Amino acid sequence: MISEQIHPNKWLKVTPQGLYCAPGDFHIDASGDPVSTDVVTHGHADHARSGHGRVIATPETIEIMKTRYGADCAREFVPIPYGGNIRLGEVEVGFEPAGHILGSAQIVMDYAGQRVVCSGDYKRRTDPTCQPFTVVECDVFITEATFGLPVFCHPDIKLEVAKLVESMRLFPQRCHVVGVYSLGKCQRLIMELRAAGFNRTIFLHGALLKLCELYQRLGVDLGEIKLVTESDKPKLGGELVLCPPSAINDRWARKMPDVVTSMASGWMQIRARAKQKLVELPLVVSDHSDWDELLQTIDDVRCREVWVTHGREEALIHALGKKGIKARALSLVGYEEEDNE
Amino acid sequence: MKDFAKLLDRLYFTHSNLAKAVLLKDYFARTPDPDRGYALAAIAGTLDFAFFKRALVRDLIVSRTDPVLFEMSYDYVGETSETIAHLWPVSPDAVKLDRLPTLSELVETFGRLSKEELKEYLATLLDNSTVAERWALLKFGMGNPRVGVTTRFAKNVLADYGTVEVHEIEEVWHSLSAPYVELFQWLEKKADKPKPGQSLTYMPVMLSHPLEEKDLQDFDYSLYSAEWKYDGIRVQLISNSNGAALFSRTGDQITQSFPDLLAKARFNAVLDGELLVKTTAGIGSFNDLQQRLNRKRLDRKMMQQYPAYMIVYDALFLDGEDMRPLPFLERRQKLSQWWSRQDPAIDFMELSELLELRDRDHMNELRLKANRTDIPYIEGLMLKRKDSAYVTGRPKGLWFKWKRDPLVVDAVLMYAQRGTGKRSSFYSDYTFGLWLNGELLPVGKAYSGFTDEELKQIDSWIRRNSTHSFGPVREVKPELVFELAFDSVAKSTRHKSGFAMRFPRISRIRWDKPAADADRMEILENMVQGEDETEETPEQQPLQQEFLW
Repeated sequence: MISEQIHPNKWLKVTPQGLYCAPGDFHIDASGDPVSTDVVTHGHADHARSGHGRVIATPETIEIMKTRYGADCAREFVPIPYGGNIRLGEVEVGFEPAGHILGSAQIVMDYAGQRVVCSGDYKRRTDPTCQPFTVVECDVFITEATFGLPVFCHPDIKLEVAKLVESMRLFPQRCHVVGVYSLGKCQRLIMELRAAGFNRTIFLHGALLKLCELYQRLGVDLGEIKLVTESDKPKLGGELVLCPPSAINDRWARKMPDVVTSMASGWMQIRARAKQKLVELPLVVSDHSDWDELLQTIDDVRCREVWVTHGREEALIHALGKKGIKARALSLVGYEEEDNE
Repeated sequence: MKDFAKLLDRLYFTHSNLAKAVLLKDYFARTPDPDRGYALAAIAGTLDFAFFKRALVRDLIVSRTDPVLFEMSYDYVGETSETIAHLWPVSPDAVKLDRLPTLSELVETFGRLSKEELKEYLATLLDNSTVAERWALLKFGMGNPRVGVTTRFAKNVLADYGTVEVHEIEEVWHSLSAPYVELFQWLEKKADKPKPGQSLTYMPVMLSHPLEEKDLQDFDYSLYSAEWKYDGIRVQLISNSNGAALFSRTGDQITQSFPDLLAKARFNAVLDGELLVKTTAGIGSFNDLQQRLNRKRLDRKMMQQYPAYMIVYDALFLDGEDMRPLPFLERRQKLSQWWSRQDPAIDFMELSELLELRDRDHMNELRLKANRTDIPYIEGLMLKRKDSAYVTGRPKGLWFKWKRDPLVVDAVLMYAQRGTGKRSSFYSDYTFGLWLNGELLPVGKAYSGFTDEELKQIDSWIRRNSTHSFGPVREVKPELVFELAFDSVAKSTRHKSGFAMRFPRISRIRWDKPAADADRMEILENMVQGEDETEETPEQQPLQQEFLW
């Protein structure tokens, strides 16, 4: 039993492989050279990588990793469900829902009288494909800042889905092609469309299919979905097609009739971003926290100190400074600058 | 206002011109006067409110939000109106409006209010608007909405809307103003065509094509006449019993900036020529002319130091007679005759010298002369077909321009900043340096001259090679060399390097060239042309005179 408090900056370090917890001898969302133990927050490619020794994550995240990288992408998998704990070295490590995508977890670390929560990516809005974010009070909160500017205020997803449905009603002959990130965004959009009463078949680009099938296996009912084949393409007038963002202006989309180019992403809030991608129907749908959610969450967890992993950390640190909360940027490498949303 | 916001929003996200035209025509058809005319004016950039300016809008937002967060947001979004549209904090004691005002109500109110009142009014409007409406409101007030509709395109849509020819719109355009009620009445066949103002109305000008090698195959030199291409700004000078006016090539009035020239223009003619300034050493460079351009207030001292001067090369009307159908040489002959009849004699303008063009060798000789950097106000050569009528627009094969070769240096990339608007996520604004005593000193910025593909490559290089960030600016390792092209370079006390380049742009990316082999600052010294800002070099004057002769 250690009675003396040790400040987390003494036992959590930034290394070339990412955040490293020395008394537990594990990394969080490790990148670069293989590490022996990788605690993974969620399955997005800039957080979950293949080739590490032991992966500790929620069962859903482990399934996602195996689907994406193969069953042998780590030497050993240790699944910990939400609310569960594992003792690593001298550190008690817990997993709590982060509300970002299916299986996404906040990593709760208790050591030397201090609690650190590494939230990974998170959001506070409801999402039918994953469990809502759980507030865990802590001493140090490690946050993302993907949308860490006050210009980012994500609208209600129901309004954005209504825009898409309305456009399909207005242009019944045109094929609506929506760019979505294959893990999380895709399935969330489908579920919201279903909730809005859209019961028709949704056509999918091949890159989205495997993960959708996994979601269905894990109990997320996506309704009727179908792979787009070459011979289907000319017949897709009036239909809804989902594909990865890179495919919306690619040759792949050219054979479809009179395409309305759309994209579902938090970046779509900025006009020029939508324009650069030649998007006609931008849908502002984000799996991250917007500015108000970031500040609200930091209030909720009642922490003394905030560390910012990636995104627009300058603005967040400035705003927290004005509220009297100590904040610093971790300057982790390896996160995608923008397009992973 | 709500409809206008929707229109602007849809125009912004629509790529196809056909679809844009449909949106505009639909809006014109279902929006009553005078609102549709104000919308047209906003899109064509002919609205102007004295106090509704960027500075006022920035003051307003900064008084309501954290200025640091505003600047960071602006740097990220890359555009003032949109940044404010997102960032605007609705005041808890906001005045609730039943509806947003119409465009004509906005115009009336904006014109009536003092600066302080306008701020308050704007705040109420922004409190009551959605994000897209705020954006449209600020675009409406500040002008130049950049929704991919040029004035020319708008005129084409109007012509289509009223089934008239676009040149008919051009003819009346400059005599009309917002809210363009007479225009719409005419286009909807409810009134006669408005009279093209007989007074001081801009007439569309004739433009030239760049001369390319393929044009010179089977080129009949005897059919063309040559002139120097002057390095000023293209203007149209109109003078008659109603007064005098000066227009830029695009039809913008610049009368108010050049009262010295216009006070002396006492005749009846429409003249086409180049605006320049005089200095103690003769006709000045473009750099000298710039002392008179884009000034908010008239500067008497500058006016004396750099009096306006025009070189006239064509006439559209002389004493009420339309010269435009006549062949070029005949127009010029009539112009000379008219010139010699003027009393008092014209001394604030001169006639452009006509040069005989014998053959290719002779033309190359002329080009060589035009390439000399010691003649500050000549930047190339014009070829004009002797029998060409004055044709509006850019007709093929009649007028050619040949610009002298740009100057080039190999410079090293030092700093990069994100672009604005469409390029807001890319590091697209670059600062370059040249070596001086073993150190790099910044010499200029360039924003253009690369393809989208190259922009992505440079952007990625910058992200991988930055050493420091200062707010929006990244400092990069001094390793990447660019060939910069520029039209001229002048000495300048305002720049740390002591030089100011004119229109620097990137001509090549030298991925291959080591930074140490980039050029030294001294190279610019030899490229400085014409009059020196601080002192005159006496030997330059005889050269100029010889050349003029």
